Amino acid sequence: MAAQHGGSSVRFASAHKETRRMSSLSANRRQALFGGLCLCCLPTLGRSAEGFGLDEVGPGIFIRRGPDAEATADNADAIANIGFIVGEKSVLVTESGGSLTDGQWLRAEIAKRTDKPISHVVLTHVHPDHCFGAAAFSDDKPVFVGHHALRSALDARGEYYRNRLVEILGPDKAGSVVYPTLEVKDGAEIDIGGRTLRFTAHGTAHTNCDLSMRDSGSGILFPADLLFVTRIPSLDGSLIGWLKQTEVLKAMGATKAVPGHGPTLVDFAPAMADLTRYLTTLRDETRKAVAADLPIDKAISSIGRSERDKWVLFDTYNGRNVTQAFKELEWE
Amino acid sequence: MKPFTATLALSLALSLPAAALLVGPVHAAGASDTDAERLARWQEIRTSIFGDKVVATTDTLVKIDAPVRALDASLVPITLTMPEKDKIAAVHFVIDDNPSPYAAHITFGPAADPGEIKLRVRVNNYTNVHAIAETKDGKLFEAAKFVKASGGCSAPMGMTDEEAMQGMGDMKMKFADGGAGKATEATLMIRHPNFSGMQMNQVTRDYTPARYIQKVVVTQGARNILTLDGDISIASNPVLNFAFLPEGGEPIKVTASDNQNGRWEHSFPLPSPSN
Repeated sequence: MAAQHGGSSVRFASAHKETRRMSSLSANRRQALFGGLCLCCLPTLGRSAEGFGLDEVGPGIFIRRGPDAEATADNADAIANIGFIVGEKSVLVTESGGSLTDGQWLRAEIAKRTDKPISHVVLTHVHPDHCFGAAAFSDDKPVFVGHHALRSALDARGEYYRNRLVEILGPDKAGSVVYPTLEVKDGAEIDIGGRTLRFTAHGTAHTNCDLSMRDSGSGILFPADLLFVTRIPSLDGSLIGWLKQTEVLKAMGATKAVPGHGPTLVDFAPAMADLTRYLTTLRDETRKAVAADLPIDKAISSIGRSERDKWVLFDTYNGRNVTQAFKELEWE
Repeated sequence: MKPFTATLALSLALSLPAAALLVGPVHAAGASDTDAERLARWQEIRTSIFGDKVVATTDTLVKIDAPVRALDASLVPITLTMPEKDKIAAVHFVIDDNPSPYAAHITFGPAADPGEIKLRVRVNNYTNVHAIAETKDGKLFEAAKFVKASGGCSAPMGMTDEEAMQGMGDMKMKFADGGAGKATEATLMIRHPNFSGMQMNQVTRDYTPARYIQKVVVTQGARNILTLDGDISIASNPVLNFAFLPEGGEPIKVTASDNQNGRWEHSFPLPSPSN
């Protein structure tokens, strides 16, 4: 299961510790900057938003770096990389945000930079840190773009996620379930003037409703949570499926990508290699554990340890990932 | 609302409307309860299961190994260890703050080695869990542990009900031979969604009716190894680790039945002793 990012501020301590551990890794300037600061402890969304600002990662593409932290009252679940793309005609929101508050912040940032209308809001998958900001854009009457399986996933989990967010943020800030109005079956193209976004609805991977897109203007790929960087990937769909979808993404031939979590722009190949290494380790060690009749509790405490220093929030998510992997692979 | 209402007994199905009613209130309760409240709840549950029988505390007859904080509330691995295994007739497992707290009752037969049992459960709240060992002379001994988890019973399964029910009743059993004259360890896996009645159907947006394994009987020939009475607190696709004392070459027979008249029977040949 799958209660994604449902943690409370009790998780602060471990996030804090792991954020610090990151600083010892070899890292580029941006990683060093974010790794060295304890961003999760910034007191308010306003300040954290100011602190992060929006990076212009390509012409007309603005992305906010989400901190590698769990949802807390202080960060308003503004933990994913969200942003927008400005076309000649209109604006497309790449991710809606993790709460109504987060979505409202993004909407205000858009208004500061352009007066073009917001025509599209992309809901990349069902997890709350990606789709609970959607209601902030309702007045713009945009097309909400989502995977064809997103609606049913929202039906199954939306209420549950909202309850968890209300517990953390309160009812006014949490946001609400917004359904996609354009459901992508295999692929879709959206023209916002001078640039086209090509969407791909993926098979079950990170979740069962992952949607990626590619911007024709810059060539940048937006794999959303099919690509985690620095923050440990969270497995909530299918491990074997995710590994399959990494191949689909690689075949698109992009050199730069905006991951769902991590720096706002990365070199696609090495970032995907890191993710693939983690998933492959998880797969191989879980298969080995199943073959050796290792019980799940022993598997949870022993699998993936070589990856521990390579990801923020490892201790929070790795055990859950092993549980998911074990459930999937023990019946092979 | 107290989480244990009318559905405490293992044999009582948690009906759909009751489950639906329970979803909201139980969600918020539990994490902030005082020790006194927890104790009172446990005493009430204990009385409803064991009546007036004395239940002594123990730190030797049964031990609980469970994660302090569950990583996945819908699959919490539990190990029950009973070092003085020759004395043990049965073990009960209770998750105090689950909507239906009485999670499992395992009775050991003559072919069992009751030293260790592993099972996977759902935990819906910050809760005490209790294991109660029943000795062959009919005495009861309890041990407790606190587990932090949330939402394990209502957590959506991430797939449609139809997908979750695929292969329902399929089983696998794996053996690890402990060596000549020693107990054989076994892992029993059963494909079954074990719907809790608190999970929402993705298509109809109604709660999927509770459908869970009620009874599992494991035997070798005429000798019973164990009988498990289960409930909605057992995680989907139940897995049970246990040990038994093989005698002769007869296969291990498993019969599982659920609360909706599902019944499945499988037979597993023993591994050859030379390995």
